[in-house]
Amino acid sequence: MECSCKNVHSDLSLLDTVLDTYANVDGSLITILQKAQEIYGYLPQDVIRHISEKTGIKPAKIMGVATFYTQFRLKPVGKYLIMLCKGTACHVNGSDLIEKTITETLGIHDGETTEDGLFTLKNVACLGCCSLSPVMMINEETYGSLTPDKTKKILAELTAQAKEGANT
Amino acid sequence: MMKVVVGAGSCGIAAGAQKVYDALQALNTENTAFELRITGCNGMCFLEPIVDIYEESGDLTRLVKVTAADAQKIASAVENQNLSALDTLKISDEDAEFLNKQTRIALRHCGVIDPESIEDYEKIDGYRAIRKVLLEMTPEQVIEEIKTSGLAGRGGAGFPTWFKWNAARSAGGEEKYLICNADEGDPGAFMDRAVIEGDPHSLIEGMLIGAYAIGAKEMIVYVRAEYPLAIKRLENAIRQAEKKGYLGENILNSGFSCKMRIKAGAGAFVCGEETALIESLEGSRGMPRLKPPFPAQAGYWHKPSNINNVETFANVAWILFNGGEKFAAMGTEGSKGTKVFALTGKVRRGGLVEIPMGKTLRDVIFDIGGGIRGGKQFKAVQMGGPSGGCIPESLLDTVIDYKALGATGAIMGSGGMVVMDEDTCMVGMAKFFLDFTAKESCGKCVHCRLGTKRMLEVLTRIADGNGQEGDIELLEELCYSIKDGALCGLGQTAPNPVLTTIRYFRNEFEAHILDKKCPAGECTALISYTINPEKCIGCAKCARNCPVHAISGTVKQVHSIDPEICIKCGKCAENCNFGAVEVH
Ligand SMILES: Cc1cc2nc3c(=O)[nH]c(=O)nc-3n(C[C@H](O)[C@H](O)[C@H](O)COP(=O)(O)O)c2cc1C
Ligand code: SF4
Ligand code: SF4
Ligand code: SF4
Ligand code: FES
Ligand code: FES
Repeated sequence: MECSCKNVHSDLSLLDTVLDTYANVDGSLITILQKAQEIYGYLPQDVIRHISEKTGIKPAKIMGVATFYTQFRLKPVGKYLIMLCKGTACHVNGSDLIEKTITETLGIHDGETTEDGLFTLKNVACLGCCSLSPVMMINEETYGSLTPDKTKKILAELTAQAKEGANT
Repeated sequence: MMKVVVGAGSCGIAAGAQKVYDALQALNTENTAFELRITGCNGMCFLEPIVDIYEESGDLTRLVKVTAADAQKIASAVENQNLSALDTLKISDEDAEFLNKQTRIALRHCGVIDPESIEDYEKIDGYRAIRKVLLEMTPEQVIEEIKTSGLAGRGGAGFPTWFKWNAARSAGGEEKYLICNADEGDPGAFMDRAVIEGDPHSLIEGMLIGAYAIGAKEMIVYVRAEYPLAIKRLENAIRQAEKKGYLGENILNSGFSCKMRIKAGAGAFVCGEETALIESLEGSRGMPRLKPPFPAQAGYWHKPSNINNVETFANVAWILFNGGEKFAAMGTEGSKGTKVFALTGKVRRGGLVEIPMGKTLRDVIFDIGGGIRGGKQFKAVQMGGPSGGCIPESLLDTVIDYKALGATGAIMGSGGMVVMDEDTCMVGMAKFFLDFTAKESCGKCVHCRLGTKRMLEVLTRIADGNGQEGDIELLEELCYSIKDGALCGLGQTAPNPVLTTIRYFRNEFEAHILDKKCPAGECTALISYTINPEKCIGCAKCARNCPVHAISGTVKQVHSIDPEICIKCGKCAENCNFGAVEVH
């Protein structure tokens, strides 16, 4: 796969309403980046440049903020974003084993995306459902009381779903 | 008509509550059979999904671990007014004690009212306290009442709330801000999420009272990004409150005006520290500021600001409505009122526990939580997350009080209480927290940035079986230099999890370093699994359960484990009914 960071062409007009609302409101950079990521799935370089032009905030400061917070992504993510909880309760109840299972099943580590672009794995600290630990969240859906087998089943189901979607 | 209420916090939904709700809704399309509503978490996490049925008389029948497949049965029983048909789903008397033994103030409405309905909140005396405050009390009287209550900050440090309010009130200037810290950074805690999801209006009301006391015209709630449902419910509540005139201009014709907005965090533990939180609100990297000046003098946009935790605010309306003395009547000499804990880990009954200060850790973990799951031995309880520590069995009778808990080397913290059993390795626990703080250090101070990395290296080598004599002392030395050299609370408290585990579980550290053994059998580098041929009867159950197919053997023959493939998950040992799998 060739590097897509230099010559991406995002549809910048999608960001117009966000920038109309926030470009001139002091302290809105994080909010703008959050909305941009909602729209594009990540923060493409040309979007960052565009935000810089419209807000007058230097690209270096924007990059500084974007890299400081774990929520922001500078690379596209897979169709399914697996947020695996590595909080204390999940740790005590075996989240390391779940991570291992995901890595073995999909061949990806924390922060990586599968070659087919289906899954991205991201470790997070506590999803607030500690009583169901170990827990992971995939695209807004939370899965609790995970075991290696249950995890594999979930991943297999999602893979099958994606294939089905591609065939129809 | 009976009322059927589904507990729908984000955890309940994860456990299947939405499916239960949808199934019930499908059987009640005309809303004629019963009234279907939702409520927030009642804190009985171990029994989710929960469905409460209220008869017209007000009598409550509580059903637990409900699935969508039970919907038909529930709907018919409710329609036929024959709840005895639901006996198998009813909560047991023993489990019901989990709630009966609690005293609820901050969580008073969670699991009781519909968090998406302002009318529900008003019906149970909601927005009465703010009415009384705005129409009958001066800001000074409000602060005095909070002082009488003895309320202290529930975000961790336990600073007296009245003192902070008074400082912000006394600060000069017209423009002031009231900020709520809903970043809930302790990984293993979810009290604040439950309050916002289950009772958003009590947060709004508590904050309004605070805003009036300090003279703020704008309120901001900084909510953790991982809490989408909390953000949605709070947004909805703000809109409702604006419509009803509890927010905005000239609230309740008192002349007091105040607006409110939400800011979603972007994932950085250090942003729970109040000055870093302010930097983040201003759209910058969340790096802590040097104090003084304190936020009360120069906070958000360098204007006087006051920051409190969600649970702190959740107590405020109750205090103003019932009087500070009633709150102060609960608790100990130095710690008043109640505290909410998120009880998780290896405990039998995990969930939210609110009890008066002065109860013991044993009360919470054993009496309410039912002790350890699966007949195992209690080893420690972690309190205060990355800033706190592990408390051993010998100190289980410590009372819940800021000072008493501080004396153990742990802290009260924001309420995370993670219980560990004999299978949890304490070196692994220390390493877990250092890994967390090393990643979350903002990097501003050298001691914190490099010191935490150094400590993580040492802990990692101990866990990997490469520890050296003198490593414990080296860790302690690093701990003290980080404590002294750190600018903010993250660095200053980062050594606590290590210091407490060394203090109470030194022998476990020594076993790793000197004997190259992990007594808990968790550090995979230090253990191996083998099958004892004397005991193995060849049932193949272990092989079926091995996730990586490391076990070979024909049925009725002795099985064996290939150490090259084995990932040391322990499943074989768990599954062997003949005790043939041994851990070394
Ligand atoms: C690293 C760090 C993280 C913190 N995280 C939180 C948090 O997630 N929630 C919180 O309420 N307080 C947190 N605090 C404490 C806050 O700085 C602050 O003391 C608190 O919000 C004040 O509110 P209170 O007086 O009502 O407790 C944190 C402190 C530090 C040093
Ligand atoms: S102590 Fe650590 S987290 Fe706090 S300001 Fe210094 S480097 Fe940042
Ligand atoms: S489960 Fe136990 S008895 Fe059965 S094959 Fe495995 S080691 Fe042998
Ligand atoms: S410890 Fe786990 S991986 Fe190793 S043999 Fe047993 S079941 Fe298989
Ligand atoms: S620790 Fe995993 S959800 Fe809280
Ligand atoms: S059930 Fe929701 S917090 Fe436990």
